This record gives sequence, structure tokens and C-alpha cells, in this order.
Amino acid sequence: MTTLVIANHDNAELHASTLNTVTAATQVGGDVHILVAGSGAAAVATQAAQVDGVAKVLHADADQYKDGVSIEVANLVVSLAGDYSHIMAGSTTSGKDMLPRVAALIDSSQISDIMAVDSADTFKRPIYAGNAIATVQSSDATKVLTVRPTGFDAAGVGGSAELAIIEGPAADGTTSVVGRELTVSERPDLGAADVVVSGGRGVGSAENFKIIEGLADKLGAAVGASRAAVDAGYMPNDYQVGQTGKVVAPNLYVAVGISGAIQHLAGMKDSKVIVAINKDEEAPIFQVADYGLVADLFEAVPELVEAL
Amino acid sequence: MKVLVPVKRVIDAYVSIRVKSDGSGVDTDNVKMSLNPFCEIALEEAIRLKEAGVATEVVLVSVGAADIETVMRSGLAMGADRAIRVDADNDIEPLAIAKILKHVVETEDAGLVITGKQSIDGDNNQTGQMLSALLGWSQATFASEVVIEGSSAKVTREVDGGLETIAIPMPAVVTTDLRLNEPRYPTLPNIMKAKKKPLDVVALSDTGVDATKRQTIINVSPPESRSAGVIVGSVAELVDKLRNEAKVI
Ligand SMILES: Cc1cc2nc3c(=O)[nH]c(=O)nc-3n(C[C@H](O)[C@H](O)[C@H](O)COP(=O)(O)OP(=O)(O)OC[C@H]3O[C@@H](n4cnc5c(N)ncnc54)[C@H](O)[C@@H]3O)c2cc1C
Ligand SMILES: Cc1cc2nc3c(=O)[nH]c(=O)nc-3n(C[C@H](O)[C@H](O)[C@H](O)COP(=O)(O)OP(=O)(O)OC[C@H]3O[C@@H](n4cnc5c(N)ncnc54)[C@H](O)[C@@H]3O)c2cc1C
Repeated sequence: MTTLVIANHDNAELHASTLNTVTAATQVGGDVHILVAGSGAAAVATQAAQVDGVAKVLHADADQYKDGVSIEVANLVVSLAGDYSHIMAGSTTSGKDMLPRVAALIDSSQISDIMAVDSADTFKRPIYAGNAIATVQSSDATKVLTVRPTGFDAAGVGGSAELAIIEGPAADGTTSVVGRELTVSERPDLGAADVVVSGGRGVGSAENFKIIEGLADKLGAAVGASRAAVDAGYMPNDYQVGQTGKVVAPNLYVAVGISGAIQHLAGMKDSKVIVAINKDEEAPIFQVADYGLVADLFEAVPELVEAL
Repeated sequence: MKVLVPVKRVIDAYVSIRVKSDGSGVDTDNVKMSLNPFCEIALEEAIRLKEAGVATEVVLVSVGAADIETVMRSGLAMGADRAIRVDADNDIEPLAIAKILKHVVETEDAGLVITGKQSIDGDNNQTGQMLSALLGWSQATFASEVVIEGSSAKVTREVDGGLETIAIPMPAVVTTDLRLNEPRYPTLPNIMKAKKKPLDVVALSDTGVDATKRQTIINVSPPESRSAGVIVGSVAELVDKLRNEAKVI
């Protein structure tokens, strides 16, 4: 049994979700290999080789992998699939975009977003926005799995795996990335942050989100948002926490002006400690909050920043 | 260009889910069912392409038993021209659904498929990507803007870092994200008209697809529940609890 983990990276750095995925792979048993498909991504391959529990890093470096176009990466993975019992990628937008292609091309039925490994063929995954947990057994020869990063601890670093340079199939070349509007932020990555401060519709405007950001900076936190806040244009799409946005599980999650709809809870209810600040004492968010403060956020948040 | 929109019936987004006590699944008796919200967005996009003269026909397709026809009619009421139901169980896996959809795409000779990025029940986020791979068509997932320019398209995608725009040749499979559009509500006259629109039923055996399951659901259980904590009386008390009780700051 050998598991191939597809690294998530930006050609410069290994994304934290890869470390969680490696832990899931280790729990399956057998060897763990990491595939780094990139362009000028030697630094990423080196980082991958240091992840604990990894026996081998396969590094494919070519122009066609520069932008992580799913057709190109999937074709490469398919060319390697015969050697593996399990193929895993983190449930990031790139993993979700790419891995189902691999599953279809090798005729395997993918299991999405696993949060626990029960055995080499049986996994737990959330369905219905996490309102139910399904235990699913796969009968496919090669198991294709996306992994929910918050379900697994990050693997440590300090190892030294073998590094092999490999060559992929010819480029497909049909898809090109022609533009990117990426969020630039000094704050920690939302998916991996220790503390997250999220604002909802109650914050009222993009301008008012400065209040949320002020609190986040005081706590060294990442900033998140509800769908309503993103839809209203207060924050960009990549801040959305929830069933159809990002799933987070920090030590501390502070929800400000968020009602607590099930779709939002799906993305944060595994946080260790939840704080809710809302002026409506009936808001459902208080049913999952460890500490609730019924207050107007425009008074409470500045006061909190002051007190910290 | 004919646009095919695969849609799925799901438990309505605002219903609270009850897990059956025998662990076999989720209770669907007497529960409000709706079109999957991402499929509504897909359908809206297809209808707008037709209104803009880019698409000639919008065909809705759903794989499932006869009980899904009610939500298919609401898709017709939104403005799809006709519908196809592939008669099958309601619980087949995304890979089999993608294979069935491939068959429909080929028999219909469609030039574009728009699916939802995920359904809010299975949350699989697979079907569109699998279909694209099986067809050998371009793939553009999590779309927040779609611009079709003759034989190519530009699609802006919602990705973890922000937004990314890709250029792809047609034909393509596009999957929808939340910000692509705001689906219209069907009007009463359109609901009446939808009753007369064609809804053809195709047998699973006619698609030649083997939909045998590869996965067994061993158990479905409720998630670990979280109990409500305390309501604090002041900001000072909150800070004190976070520092000295929870020890998270
Ligand atoms: C298919 C689908 C997918 C979805 N996916 C997601 C998702 O991934 N993530 C997500 O978050 N949602 C998602 N939603 C939306 C979800 O159902 C809710 O509509 C959304 O979470 C509501 O956001 P909100 O809590 O910010 O807004 P509201 O529900 O409007 O709540 C605003 C809250 O702010 C409080 N408030 C107002 N003013 C103040 C003030 N001055 N001080 C203190 N409190 C104040 C109010 O009391 C209220 O509780 C999805 C919905 C669907 C149908
Ligand atoms: C009792 C029960 C048991 C089940 N057991 C299993 C099981 O063992 N294994 C398993 O994988 N699934 C099982 N399912 C089914 C599962 O919940 C999904 O319905 C199915 O796998 C499709 O996945 P999805 O809708 O999450 O796909 P996604 O990939 O999330 O769907 C994305 C898009 O694909 C299109 N699409 C999806 N389904 C259809 C469809 N039927 N017709 C047309 N278009 C569609 C839509 O555009 C949708 O927006 C079961 C369901 C029930 C009710």
C-alpha cells in the first residue's frame, strides 16, 4: 500500500493543507509519497521532502504546471496512478478542482472531504453541511480522496525523503490563466490560523469591516466573513467561512454580527472556543458559542480592542 | 449552441436535518425539497445566455426517480425549454451520474454544460469535473463570471486566494459558485407554461451506463453536538473568561 499526496503550493511554498493531508495518508498505513507539480518549484520539493512520514517526493517541473491548471496536473497524476493504492489531495479549491478528474479518468468513485480514516478503505465524511456524518467504505482498487484539513493535525517537519525528478505526459495546453486578483494580507492564512475573527451582515459595510480587522490585528488573527457579508461586497469571496466557503477550526473563533445559519456553522463549529457578539439574544449563533455577548458590535468591539 | 444544465433535487437549504435513529441515513419524509441552489444558479446563467442570443436552447437534465419531477418543473418554470429525466435511483454516485450525463450530452449534441459546484446534501463537489474529464472538454469550476466569445470563453473562478480568470476553448463544462448571478423566481404564468413543456424520460439501460455502487454507506450519524456556553455580562467579563478560563488569549 502506498499513498500519493498531491502537494498544494504556489511554486514558492508548500501550503499548510498538505501537512494535514500527509497525516491522513499516514493513518491509512503503508508508504506516503508527495507529488510536487510546478514550475521553478524546487524549494517546494525540498520542503515536501522534510515532511515527517514521507518516503519519497516526486517532482515534476515544467511550464504546463506553473499555474496549477487542473487538466495538466490531473493528466500527470493519472500517469502515476498505477503505482498507488490511495491518491489524496487537500479539500482546497485546487484539490477539489483537480482530483475528481483523476477519479473519472481511472474509473474510481471519489470520496470527498474525509475527516477521519477508519481503515484503509473506510472513511468518515460530513454530508448535509456537517449535520450528518457518513461512514463510507470504498470498493475501488485505487481510492481517490479529498481530505478536510481541519480533520487532521499537521504533520511535523524534520524528515528527509528521497527526491525523484519525474517527467509528465505532454502538455494539454488548452487552458491558460489570464488574470488573478489575489488577496494580499499580512494576516495569517484563514484556513490554518490559530484565531479567526469573522464579521457578518451586522457589520453593515466594507468600511465598517475595519472594526473587525482592528480586533483581528489585536489578536493576531485571520479575518473571515459570512456569505451575507461577502455577497454584499464587504469582503472578497475568499473570506467566506461555511459549507460552501472555507472550513476553519481555530483555537478561538469570534463571530461578530453573524446570526449563525447552519451553512455558516458548517464552517466553524469545530473551533475549540467560540465567542459570539450579537445584539439579538435569540440569534442561533449563541447556541454554539462558549461565550456570548449580547451587545451592539459598534460599542462592544472597540471596547474589546481597548481591553486586550 | 445548446446548453445542458444538470440539476439535482435536495432537501431545502433552510430545513433542519434529522438523522435517522437506525443510522441508515437522513429523514426525507415530509421534508421540503427544492432545486439545489447551485443548480438554480447554473440554470439562471444558461437562461441569460439564451436571452443574450449566445445559446439557442436550454435543456435541463436530472438523474433520479419520478419523485424529482416536481423540482424539474420548477426549473422549467424558471425558463428552461425542456427537460430530460434519466430514470434511476436517487442515490447513485457522482461518477455514475457523470457517465450518464456524458451520454445525454452526446445524444443532445450540446455545446456547453453548466452544473452546480456542489449539491448541498451530498456536498461531493465532483460531478462537473468528472463530466469534463470524461468528455475531454474544457473545465471551469467555481465560476463567478462567464464570458463566451465564439469558440472560446473567459471564466473568472472563486479560488482560495481570491479570483482567477482562465481562458478556455469551447466546448466546456462550467460549475457555478454563489456569486455568478441571482436566480430569478418563476412567475405564475411561467409556472403554468412549465406544466406543458416537454419532460422526456430516458431509461438508465438506454444510456449503457453501469451505475453499480462502488461505495457502501456503513452508517450515518449526527455530528458531535456542541452545547451552548454562557452569556457574559460585559466586555470585561469576556476578556477575563478568555484569559483565565478558556486560556485562549
Ligand atoms: C446554498 C447556500 C450556501 C450557503 N453557504 C454559506 C456559507 O458557506 N457561509 C455562510 O456564512 N453562509 C452561507 N449561506 C448563507 C446562510 O444561509 C446565511 O444567509 C448567512 O450565513 C447569513 O449571514 P449573516 O449571519 O452575516 O447575516 P444575517 O443572518 O442577516 O445576520 C446578521 C446578524 O447580525 C446581527 N447584528 C446586526 N446589527 C448588529 C449590531 N450592530 N451589533 C451586533 N449584532 C448585529 C443581527 O442580530 C443578526 O443576527 C449559504 C446559503 C445557501 C442557500
Ligand atoms: C439514502 C441515500 C444514500 C446514498 N448513498 C450514497 C453512497 O453510498 N455513495 C454516494 O456516493 N452517494 C450516495 N448518495 C447520493 C449522494 O448523496 C449524492 O446524491 C450523489 O452522490 C451525487 O453527489 P452530489 O449531488 O453531492 O454531487 P456534486 O458533485 O456535489 O453535484 C454537483 C452538481 O452535479 C449535478 N448533479 C448531481 N447529481 C445530479 C443528478 N442526480 N442529476 C443531474 N445532475 C446532478 C448538479 O448540477 C449538481 O449541482 C446517497 C443518497 C441518499 C439519499
